Amino acid sequence: MNRTKVDEEEYWNSSKFKAFTFDDEDDELSQLKESKRAVNSLRDFVDDDDDDDLERVSWTGEPVGSISWSIKETAGSSGSNHEGREQLKSRNSFSYAQLPKPPSTYSLSSFFKGRTRLGSFQSLSDALTDTPAKSYAPELGRPKGEFRDYSNDWSPSDTVRRLRKGKVCSLERFRSLQDKLLLLEEAVSMHDGNVITAVLIFLKRTLSKEVLFRELEVRQVALRHLIHFLKEIGDQKLLLDLFRFLDRTEELALSHYREHLSIQDPEKRKEFLKTCIGLPFSVEDAAHIQDHYTLLERQIIIEANDRHLESAGQTEIFRKHPRKASILNMPLVTTLFYSCFYHYTEPEGTFSSPVNLKKTFKIPDKQYVLTALAARAKLRAWHDVDALFTTKNWLGYTKKRAPIGFHRVVEILYKNNAPVQILQEYVNLVEDVDTKLNLATKFKCHDVVIDTCRDLKDRQQLLAYRSKVDKGSAEEEKIDAILSSTQIRWKN
Amino acid sequence: MAFHHRPDAPELPDFSMLKRLARDQLIYLLEQLPGKKDLFIEADLMSPLDRIASVSILKQHEVDKLYKVENKPVLSSSEQLCFLVRPRIKNMRYIANLVNADKLAGRTRKYKVIFSPQKFYACEMVLEEEGIYGDVSCDEWAFSLLPLDVDLLSMELPEFFRDYFLEGDQRWINTVAQALHLLSTLYGPFPNCYGIGRCAKMSHELWRNLEEEEDGETKGRKPEIGHIFLLDRDVDFVTALCSQVVYEGLVDDTFRIKCGSVDFGPEVTSSDRSLKVLLNADDKVFHEIRNEHFSNVFGFLSQKARNLQAQYDRRRGMDIKQMKNFVSQELKGLKQEHRLLSLHIGACESIMKKKTKQNFQELIKTEHALLEGFSIRDSTSYIEEHIDRQVSPIESLRLMCLLSITENGLIPKDYRSLKTQYLQSYGSEHLLTFSNLRRAGLLTEQAPGDTLTAVESKVSKLVTDKAAGKITDAFSSLAKRSNFRAISKKLNLIPRVDGEYDLKVPRDMAYVFSGAYVPLSCRVIEQVLERRSWQGLEEVLRLLNCSELAFTGGTKDDKAPSESLRLILVVFLGGCTFSEISALRFLGREKGFRFIFLTTAITNSARLMEAMSEVKA
Repeated sequence: MNRTKVDEEEYWNSSKFKAFTFDDEDDELSQLKESKRAVNSLRDFVDDDDDDDLERVSWTGEPVGSISWSIKETAGSSGSNHEGREQLKSRNSFSYAQLPKPPSTYSLSSFFKGRTRLGSFQSLSDALTDTPAKSYAPELGRPKGEFRDYSNDWSPSDTVRRLRKGKVCSLERFRSLQDKLLLLEEAVSMHDGNVITAVLIFLKRTLSKEVLFRELEVRQVALRHLIHFLKEIGDQKLLLDLFRFLDRTEELALSHYREHLSIQDPEKRKEFLKTCIGLPFSVEDAAHIQDHYTLLERQIIIEANDRHLESAGQTEIFRKHPRKASILNMPLVTTLFYSCFYHYTEPEGTFSSPVNLKKTFKIPDKQYVLTALAARAKLRAWHDVDALFTTKNWLGYTKKRAPIGFHRVVEILYKNNAPVQILQEYVNLVEDVDTKLNLATKFKCHDVVIDTCRDLKDRQQLLAYRSKVDKGSAEEEKIDAILSSTQIRWKN
Repeated sequence: MAFHHRPDAPELPDFSMLKRLARDQLIYLLEQLPGKKDLFIEADLMSPLDRIASVSILKQHEVDKLYKVENKPVLSSSEQLCFLVRPRIKNMRYIANLVNADKLAGRTRKYKVIFSPQKFYACEMVLEEEGIYGDVSCDEWAFSLLPLDVDLLSMELPEFFRDYFLEGDQRWINTVAQALHLLSTLYGPFPNCYGIGRCAKMSHELWRNLEEEEDGETKGRKPEIGHIFLLDRDVDFVTALCSQVVYEGLVDDTFRIKCGSVDFGPEVTSSDRSLKVLLNADDKVFHEIRNEHFSNVFGFLSQKARNLQAQYDRRRGMDIKQMKNFVSQELKGLKQEHRLLSLHIGACESIMKKKTKQNFQELIKTEHALLEGFSIRDSTSYIEEHIDRQVSPIESLRLMCLLSITENGLIPKDYRSLKTQYLQSYGSEHLLTFSNLRRAGLLTEQAPGDTLTAVESKVSKLVTDKAAGKITDAFSSLAKRSNFRAISKKLNLIPRVDGEYDLKVPRDMAYVFSGAYVPLSCRVIEQVLERRSWQGLEEVLRLLNCSELAFTGGTKDDKAPSESLRLILVVFLGGCTFSEISALRFLGREKGFRFIFLTTAITNSARLMEAMSEVKA
């Protein structure tokens, strides 16, 4: 407490808050930082006895006493032995002691049962006095009398209405196809999907597959409900039969293909994908499926090899950069990145070489360069980066060319912490002068900025830039030299 | 600068009653299983439950331990198990496994399943198939309206979107109708009713049926809310696909607001712990910035910080008595404000950092180009690069959908190449995602191939039943064109701006998208409310493929108090975004209305895309 007192004193006497000004009104971020600083500076003073008006929060951030919090508590301790459970009990009771008393003592049950508890206030009945008496109790504990409805002959529309209310209602009396369809149509016209599905469950049980499918083909709303129902309960066989019957070949193929998601074992998954290849997909999807299979096949080979290499500990790249995850089931581009990272120099003949991947999967140039660049830059293999963009023409001259545009190259290099010399080189290759200047300024490539200003004969901009470089630096000298040069005819 | 309502704006009805109702129902249900019991709660129900009840209330009704429904062995030793779940097949299997394992071990316990908001026959069927029907008792907890804020009710049913708009399953229509019925019982009938979309129309019809069946309940009640407007999400996918730039929307896009609260991580709280923060009108700081364009928020927060500073500084000249007053009366409020202020400043900072890193400016520029329909090629290559660089899969998908809807589908060459690159970057299994998006009409190819027309004509020859609706139903999403460009022109969605759009003083709803675009959904609502009908909007309806799906109705109550006629309940079927809420709050303020929002769930572009994605992240 003493400490806080002193702090407080300091606060009262301190004058640092007088300096609290917003000079830079336009700069929003600095404004924000200012406010943050101001608010934070108050914290010492404010936080001392804050707990009383704050929600009590557990370490996970859930308010103590909240249901989500309590569940985490149970989950955290369950699974332990009996002692653990005891512990849990005591822990819970401890926290409950901290909870506020419940705000009111009324309960719905008392309201429904018609007895009033002492001290109950603000009961539901008070709140609803101006409405005609209505029980809001859910329909529970159905009165036994309801079962007498079993024997009654309800019309299709009555039946459907009872179903909607969730009442017990037998459908067994709808035996003729005509009655069944009438019932279905009644359900559809009422729009309640739950009832439509209820009728469909009955129809599925009491009609042959062929008849059911035939009738649903011309009843699209009901058909969609059946398809969704089959998907949900996982009746894959009937679903595929249905698609086959309806001649919806693509959905049939996709539905079959979907099953692979639940197969964990890579070998089994691969075998399953193989069975998908011949399915009636659209032409381009068929190619994607083929690729999916081929990719997994490759990944299995690469994974086995690399796991071996890594555990042997003989290969430098794996020692320096241990793999973070298995390459199995990763997308193609990730696989390409992986292979550019670990297998860049391998000859085209090996499955794991980037060039092989590029050829097999017809990866476009742009995508390839982007991925290779990211991988080699991550390894800081600047020489490889250089080679990636160097092309020779037939006369043997070398030229730099980037299918993704050099401005992107620069950004990617920057993100991978490339040194300024490297960045500079690529910023210089950006064709558009404005973009070049922007990038050079953003990434602090001083030489490029200075040279570009000089080439543009833009004295003003150069002067402005001079204020941004460090005092007494080589850059400043360079700028001064240029500014005092008599050779240049400035445009401003 | 902050959002203040006109002095003549009507008062909002008190929705806290809905919470009490839900809590009391739950207590009643728990008391149906007397004695000590363990409660198993589905993860998705935990946050909503937290909003209406607390552990101590559950304890009072003899709930012993709480568990999450998840795929782990159950260690409960209780004699009575109660399950609080959504009506889902996988939950039934989970319960069946548990009960059957008990049976095998010769153990007898009591089991109760409470379905929220209702049970489905498919679930009961599974219980029956698994041989445990009768061993478990089933109840329904009709908790379908959670007030997240004074003007926002959520059904907390994110699956509504996929179930209806992708699978065509109408299972939630009854839930919607029941919820509307409850509202009209509690807050009086709705004199004016408007709607657009197939789901809206069906929900409306079912709701009307309910009211007729239980005629008399709302008779004599004075209407509290004068208008109700139902709208299907697929009427306007574009708005939901855009990046949000009003504060609340940005917070949702960045941190995910879940059930009205958000988890601010250490990077926001500037401490080592995360903090769960409720975001609603009670948070005085948040209340003033939630609807603001992000660029205004900084200025507001720093002004607020300065004020706070000044208030603290007042202490300097105080004598003992004044100080005593200050400490006892003002300090607490100031502290609270201080805490909120530092949280929101932290959030802003974190948002800025993230957005700068992902080059938000360029992204927004592309989105605006798509909305306005210029430099489509540039936008396409921007998306392509996004994909090639493996930037978030959801983001890439969202941009493709935005391109598709604004352009009436991708040209086949682009469709193929983008799809191929997408599969290469994010995995072949996304073939399934593409198929879903196509079915939902979110990502299509221009002039769809002959296969579709062949199926369509085949089916149309076969169709005999009227009840199943028009043949176009089944393929509506596939066959219909989005016509966004024409609609945008017709409804003036892209404001003509002379000079700079002043985001500090918004002049129309476009401010929620930096002045570049008026949300289509909100514009439609505005137009209809102005006319009090769909008259004059026939062409718009045709372009929206909704000529047959727009309706008006209501009780046409002459006694409706004039106050009520300025309260409008907007029902979003399939989700609404915070941007839409902000836009309508703005409209309400301009016109002296108050809007109340009822949504199946709060949504945003990422949630929409995830709902369509077959590969769960």
